[in-house]
Order: sequence, then structure tokens, then C-alpha cells
Amino acid sequence: MSRITLKEVEELAMLSRLQLEGEEAERMRGALEAVLSYIDQIQELDTSGVAPLTHAVGFACPLRSDETAPSLPIEAVLQNAPRKDDRFFEVPRIVPKSDGRNEKSGGAR
Amino acid sequence: MSAQVESLVAEGQVEAIAAAVKGGKVRARELVECYLDRIAKHDGTLGCYLHVDADGARRRSDSVDAAVASGATVGPLAGVPIGIKDIFCTEGVETTCASKILKGFVPPYESTVTARLAQAGAVSLGKINMDEFAMGSSNENSAFGPVRNPWDTTRVPGGSSGGSAAAVAAGLCATSLGTDTGGSIRQPAALCGVTGIKATYGRVSRWGVIAFASSLDHPGPFGRTIRDAALMLQSMAGHDDNDATSIAAPVGNYAAACAGGVKGLRVGVPEEYFATGLEPEIEAAVRAAIDTIRAAGAEVVPVSLPHTRYAVAAYYLISTAEAASNLARYDGIRYGHRATNIGSLEELYARSRGEGFGSEPKRRIMLGTYVLRSGYYDAYYGKAQRVRRKITEDFAAAFSKCDVIATPTSPISAFKVGEKISDPLALYLADVYTVGPSLAGLPALSQPCGFSKAGLPIGWQLIAPPLGEETLLRVGGAYEAATEWHKRLPVSFFGKEVV
Repeated sequence: MSRITLKEVEELAMLSRLQLEGEEAERMRGALEAVLSYIDQIQELDTSGVAPLTHAVGFACPLRSDETAPSLPIEAVLQNAPRKDDRFFEVPRIVPKSDGRNEKSGGAR
Repeated sequence: MSAQVESLVAEGQVEAIAAAVKGGKVRARELVECYLDRIAKHDGTLGCYLHVDADGARRRSDSVDAAVASGATVGPLAGVPIGIKDIFCTEGVETTCASKILKGFVPPYESTVTARLAQAGAVSLGKINMDEFAMGSSNENSAFGPVRNPWDTTRVPGGSSGGSAAAVAAGLCATSLGTDTGGSIRQPAALCGVTGIKATYGRVSRWGVIAFASSLDHPGPFGRTIRDAALMLQSMAGHDDNDATSIAAPVGNYAAACAGGVKGLRVGVPEEYFATGLEPEIEAAVRAAIDTIRAAGAEVVPVSLPHTRYAVAAYYLISTAEAASNLARYDGIRYGHRATNIGSLEELYARSRGEGFGSEPKRRIMLGTYVLRSGYYDAYYGKAQRVRRKITEDFAAAFSKCDVIATPTSPISAFKVGEKISDPLALYLADVYTVGPSLAGLPALSQPCGFSKAGLPIGWQLIAPPLGEETLLRVGGAYEAATEWHKRLPVSFFGKEVV
């Protein structure tokens, strides 16, 4: 009995925003199954009363002064955008077009 | 080409190169031309470079030469030709992290570490191949082809900084930059017969380093000798306002530490690191190295790291959770690959990422999503963080009995290209000796300590307490002074030049 079903792999892919093609989902199922079976050994260790460790080296996080500093110019920020429009990143339409309003399309092409 | 340039390149020593350039005995430009020739001749076989920045290297070396000629002050790495793992953002130079999703990405800014090295006079020759998003330990996960081991080109160089290790071993740069999340500097250093250092977490800035697992990512250097790696680290380390986890403490004198000797130091040996699965030749070489360091004046004491067996599981839970979060930024909108002919925003995300990421990043994103999922968080991610504390406490307890811990770096020597690629779990398990110090954020290095009968390099790992870089270098320096392993070179890339 497998612990991860193909349906779960598909749900995870959706949560991860990853489109898997063809045999990819089944291969992924096998790989996740193997790794999770190995990882399960961690459950045998009793960690009750142990606080989670998020930052290994306990040095104080220094604060910087709250001053405005220069940032990158907009052209530099946009230079790698696959699609841009003037000073903006271009995305597909998110809000459906309503009747009678002729909004500019963000580009589902 | 002058004999002096050829000899400097064959020896690849940072101080000798910088002294010759500063003294006007060779021009930085001549060194660059020599390395570019070597890359043209050998890199077709090895695949170390993703992008040779010949014009940029010539321009940078010319400006070092101009500074020397004008009598201006030049840095400690003046004219030293280096290779940069393609995970460091380099302004105006394509940076891909060996992923199709970042093909064509040209960063608008420079990472702190590469900026500091340039300030110190180092001359970048270009960007170096790696496992995609630093995920892997064989360099076979690069979207642009594998790197091969200079000692046997049918074998892997290790990973994820395999290109950086192989390029130093084959003399395709004098020193190089890598990153280490679960062993990605130390393991390829061991498999390629060079020295690699990961400093204390926060000692070297992560700003401008493409993120894999933020609480574990450590930039660090590779060198032919421990002193070369120490000199690189000296210019890289130190506080950076742009990295909130950067440590403010002063930086030690790393080159001097290499000559500090081991008198009075206690070297701890954890038996948990000599367990089943360790190749007998590696065990013998590491135990012999421990004897050598004892003969050099160190005291050897047994220590115990009882939670070692849970380290790989904890590492893969934490690192995949962080990776799933960090890699969420690749959405096809601001930079990187964008799918075409899409209908909705959701489809744009899923198709851009599905087309852009290779199989290893996909596996780790999926695993990270799984362990962070509502209902599973406490059993996996929360559990792993608790185990991380236990592992860190193991090291703290061991360091009450010793100053440095000595272990093998990798349980296996370089394996054949293709041999393990179909079994991701088997490769994860080979990280068993490097992930502990990663989880605990401890400084650690790998240096050559022998060769197998098949002629493959073997490395040992030294681990110190937080900010114990100088202690680490004292032990590594004393070991190197007592041995000749670091002087061996892969003959096919040096021929008669071998020194």
C-alpha cells in the first residue's frame, strides 16, 4: 500500500504551482515515497520538551538605522521581465472582464 | 607565454600570483590569457564553465595592471584569476543557477562576496557550472550538462559546487567560489582533491547569492592549498548590512592561522562518523590523517555525536521546506522563463515553473510543500527543527571536550557519471557527514588526505565551534605542512607542467 497516491501528487503539484507532464507525476510519486519512508525514522526520536531551532548560530540580529537608502532604478528592475508595459510587469488578466467595460488587457495570449 | 606565467598557473598559488603582479614581474593580463587558453583547451572535456567572460576578464586584469603601473594600492588578491559559481549574482553577466528557468537572467546588481573579491583585486574568468539551484551532490543536475572529475573524466566531481572544485583541480582558475548548504563545498572538494571551506553561518554574506535554503546557505572558497582558501575567505568574510543574518564580530587573521600549529589543541573523533557505508580506503586515510595531526602535537580525544543518524532526515525536511518557499519567486513574471499561449495567471505560474525547473528542484519543491502542508507541519518541519536543536547540542557537548572535530568528508569517493542519478535517496544518504555541521551552522573544511587505489582523491573534514575558523585553519595548516597530498595534480591537465 503506497503512502502517497497519484491524486496527492497532483494536489501537491497544484499547491506548488508546478505543471507535471506525462510520466512525471508517477515518477514523482515513487521518489517522494522513497524519501518520506526514509525520513520517517526521525519520528522514533523523542523530542518532547525540545524547542524548535530556527537559527543555528545564536548571534544577535543587528538593527540598521531606519533611513531611506537608494534602490535600483525602475528600468534595471524591469530589465529581466519577460513581458512589461511601460513601468509595469505585465500579467494575464486576473479579474474577469465585465460587460460594457473595456479594460486594457493584461494579456492572456 | 613566459615560463614564469606557466609556472604560476601550474602552481596556482594566490600569494605567488599576487606578489608577481604587484611586483610588476607578470601582468594580470598575461595570467588571464594563459587561463583562457587552458579553458579553451580543456573545458570541452570537463564542462566547468557555463559562461567564460573573456572580455570582462581582460578588462578587469587590464585595470589591475594599470593600478600597479600607476603605483596605486592594489588588494591582496591582485590579478588572481577566479571562477564564480553561477549562483552568485554578477552585475551585467548572465547568472542562471544552472537552471533553464533563469536562462538569460542578467542581474542588475552584484553579490557582496563577488564585489569584495573584485575590490581585493581578484579577476573573474566567468561563471561556473553547478547542480541546478545547488540541489545535488554530483553536478549531474545542471540543466546545461554535467561537470566531469579531472582525476577521472568518467566520474562526477561531486556537487553542488562541482564545477568550482573541478576548475581549481584542473587549473582552469586559481581559486573559486562555491556555496555549501548541506555539503556542497566540502564534498566536491573531497572528490576533486582540493581544499574547500564553509565558514560559520553568517560569517560570509549571502546577499546576491540565489537562495536555496536560507538558514543553511553558506558561501565559501576553494583553493589548491589551505592558505589559498584562507586568503579568499579573508576577503569574503565580515559583516554586511544587506544580510540580516550577517555576524558583526571582527574577522580573524586566517592566513596567519594556517601557520599557527596544533600544540595544545584537542582533536575530537566521533565514532558515529566512521559507520557502515564508509569506504574502507577512506576510513584508513582519515584515521592516518588523525595520526599525522597527533604526531604534529595535537591531542586526540574520543567524542560522541549521538544524533548523527537523524541528521540527513532533518536536513532534507528543513532544506526542502525552505527551498519550496524560496523557489516560489520564480513565477514567470518578474524574471526568468515565462510560458507562452497561456490562459490564466494560475496556468502561467504552473506552466512556467513546470517547463523551467529540472527534476531535482521539482522533487524538492514538492517535498517541501508536502512537509509544510497544514496537518503535517508539526510531524515533519516542526519535528526536524527540534532534531536540529538536538544535533546542535551534540556538537556543543563535544566541543566541551575538544577544539576541533575530525571526520571523513564523504563516505564514498567519486562515482561514475550516471551511476546514481536514478536513485535520489542514495545520493541524499551520501551527505551523512556534511549535513550535521550545516544544521549546526558550524565552520568546517575539507582538505585532501589521500588517494584510493583507483587514484581518486580522498578528503577529511574538520569542524570547529561557531567562529572557530582560525582553529580550523591551524589544524588544516599543520596537516598540509606535514603532507604532500595537496601537491598532486591530475596529470592530463598539467602534463609536463606538474610541479
